[in-house]
Amino acid sequence: MKELLVAVVVLATVCADLLQSAEMKQVGELDDFRPSGIQALLRAMARNKYLILAVFFMALSFFAFLKLLTIADLSYAVPVSALTIVIDTVLARVLLRERVDWRRWTGAALVAAGVFLISAA
Amino acid sequence: MDIAGRRRLRLKTWIFTVLVIVANAFGNLFLDKGVHGAAGGIGLVRLPLFDIEVNLLWLVPGIGLLILWMLTRMALLGWADLTYVLPVTALGYVLSTVLAAMFLGERVDGRRWAGTILIVLGTALVSATSPKGNAR
Repeated sequence: MKELLVAVVVLATVCADLLQSAEMKQVGELDDFRPSGIQALLRAMARNKYLILAVFFMALSFFAFLKLLTIADLSYAVPVSALTIVIDTVLARVLLRERVDWRRWTGAALVAAGVFLISAA
Repeated sequence: MDIAGRRRLRLKTWIFTVLVIVANAFGNLFLDKGVHGAAGGIGLVRLPLFDIEVNLLWLVPGIGLLILWMLTRMALLGWADLTYVLPVTALGYVLSTVLAAMFLGERVDGRRWAGTILIVLGTALVSATSPKGNAR
């Protein structure tokens, strides 16, 4: 049960991350920090087609995470969900065509190693 | 990009990164308190679909913080790559481990602390790269 919930959390989070990043690459950068600028950004986000899907996957991840917290320690549940970083890095390279240099690969690998240590404890 | 532009980008990135990390870690802490029915039974409700008893006094502020987390993270993704944002905001995992040890009385042994240190090292390495790659 615990492993299944972790898998749901990780996969749903990966989908949400990729959709959010794809959306924000289209919506663009927040440069005007006045309320009107923030409102304009929120409007642009709401108009984007990826948002609903991203919210669906975030909600799925949220409720699976909530259920996971009922059967696992927070200090297990949170770090183990960091597996998303590794999967996201590979998929961001392939699907979002981000340039991932050796520091980003190594950083993702170190985070993955950290996750392994924490979840194997 | 000129020097002033780069400095502004760095500053903006750091402010949003800190917001993302703090909102995420405290949001998770509040959620954990919410599902373990703290505060002497006040605000307890059962979510029938998930068969979880939750305490709204903790859960509602926790959800508020996670909404703040989502919005600040999406704003950050407006100029920073996903492969930058994820490892850098992974410091939230470290803060969560510290908060779990401090406020929830969870036992955090040597392995978990070693894992935490690796996450910090990974974060430091990635934060040395520019938040904007050449994706756009």
